Amino acid sequence: MLSISNVSAGYGSFRALFGVSLEVKAGESVAVIGPNGAGKTTLLRAISKLIDLTGGEVTMEGRSLRQVAPHKVIATGIAHVPENRRLFPRLTVEENLKMGSFPVSSRTRFPEKRKFVFDLFPRLEERRNQLAGTLSGGEQQMCAIGRALMSGPKLLLLDEPSAGLAPVVVQSIMQMVKRICAEGYTVLIVEQNIRQVLKVVDRAYLLETGRIKSSGTAAELLASAEIRKAYLGI
Amino acid sequence: MEVFDIFLLEAVLNGILLGGLLALLSLGLNLIFGVIDVVWICYAEMIMIGMYAVYALHVQQGWPLLAAMAAGIAIVALLGALMHQFIIRPVLSAEPINQLLVTGGVLFFLQAAATLAFGIEFKNLGVKLPPVAIGEMSFSMPRIIAFVVAVAGVAATYLFLTRTYIGTAIRAISQDREIMPLVGVNPGRIFVVTSALGGSLAGLSACLLVLQYDIHPAIGLSFGPITFLICVLGGLGNMLGGLIAAFIFAQFISVGGFVLAIEWGYVIAFVFFIAVMFWRPQGILGGK
Ligand SMILES: Nc1ncnc2c1ncn2[C@@H]1O[C@H](COP(=O)(O)OP(=O)(O)O)[C@@H](O)[C@H]1O
Ligand SMILES: [Mg+2]
Repeated sequence: MLSISNVSAGYGSFRALFGVSLEVKAGESVAVIGPNGAGKTTLLRAISKLIDLTGGEVTMEGRSLRQVAPHKVIATGIAHVPENRRLFPRLTVEENLKMGSFPVSSRTRFPEKRKFVFDLFPRLEERRNQLAGTLSGGEQQMCAIGRALMSGPKLLLLDEPSAGLAPVVVQSIMQMVKRICAEGYTVLIVEQNIRQVLKVVDRAYLLETGRIKSSGTAAELLASAEIRKAYLGI
Repeated sequence: MEVFDIFLLEAVLNGILLGGLLALLSLGLNLIFGVIDVVWICYAEMIMIGMYAVYALHVQQGWPLLAAMAAGIAIVALLGALMHQFIIRPVLSAEPINQLLVTGGVLFFLQAAATLAFGIEFKNLGVKLPPVAIGEMSFSMPRIIAFVVAVAGVAATYLFLTRTYIGTAIRAISQDREIMPLVGVNPGRIFVVTSALGGSLAGLSACLLVLQYDIHPAIGLSFGPITFLICVLGGLGNMLGGLIAAFIFAQFISVGGFVLAIEWGYVIAFVFFIAVMFWRPQGILGGK
């Protein structure tokens, strides 16, 4: 579904990604794991065209995103839940969801999608008229994922959904990710919480200082001596 | 402002009428600042252009007044969109002082253009509406119209901003500009729509002012500064704050002018403004 080949990107003269390649097949859930500063957020931003590529190519369902304007990426079926959730704090939960269905083609399906999101996250329905900025961290993450689901995407990009949340909340967010995958969405998730994320995804790539260092199934990576030593502290 | 009658109540009611108009004046400027983060110093001059547009179409071209007014609103809305595309967009990431200077340049340009086109003589529509008497009080008809239409304009803007997708996006973009593409919004387009909306509010203000005041190229100076004071008093960019500040300011002008002298109304309002700035430099409802 999503194919990233030899992608390089950065900020000004600073290079954050050096020829990254990876593949996400339809129906799969894939994680990109790696330490802080590895370039995980940059990779998702490059896919969504929030930053320009300096090299390489991203294709979605065989179509290159090179000529696609940033605000049209969502029309290719990609929805991006950004780092730190980035809700509109002074809009209500419901209005945040409404923004998620902004593309004209999504608007007619707003009631149907909102029901889907409220079924998935009943907490959001209770809070639908509350300002998003007053939600708890976990609720904000649900709202951010809900907003992304409103456009009816095929592929969901999740940037560290567990960051800054209490351990129990992290577990429930990971369970939600698992459910979203079970619903048939294809998911590319970026995480530092390696132990937790490897429990819910099919495959993963290890990104370090802008380069893919290894990849494999979740079970393979959990078993790898390199990852156990450097990241799981075993 | 004209002479106030002997009644305090009349002064208070006149203050409310004036407040509605000032609320409309501040709304467009606040909207643009809140969303785009640029102050249009030339906002009052865009209103002046709208007044001349209504004058030219109605008096010189013989259009019916309402048609001339509708066209006036459309012209200033277009002017707002052009202002953004050609003047603001190139300096969006420039220093605030440079943005201010650019819009200041437009102020002088519009004044000069109006002088060239219409001369410096005072013009008016020649529309005379009889005052409305309620008991022993008397109210100017254009002011009542201005109040009703201004309140309707503010309410319509509120509904647009809260009930439509574009309106919600306008509020959202002022909270997080960078992620707008992730929800499928082209920020540049929203900025143009916001500028056109701000322009149409300036055009509507022009229609109401032209019923009350003579037009001349420098007329922007007679209500531009007070519009800025109201926006700053309410909290620059905060539309609700601007509305509250407009009614407070109008009461100071109207009642202050009634108790003392008309000029004193403005002085008292300005002293109040300075006092609030010491107490809350960010304005009544301002955030940071
Ligand atoms: N806006 C930015 N400007 C300059 N450098 C940045 C910016 N954002 C991230 N970086 C740098 O790019 C590198 C990768 O950052 P990021 O993609 O955020 O990593 P991660 O998400 O894996 O923690 C880091 O060295 C970071 O300092
Ligand atoms: Mg990151």
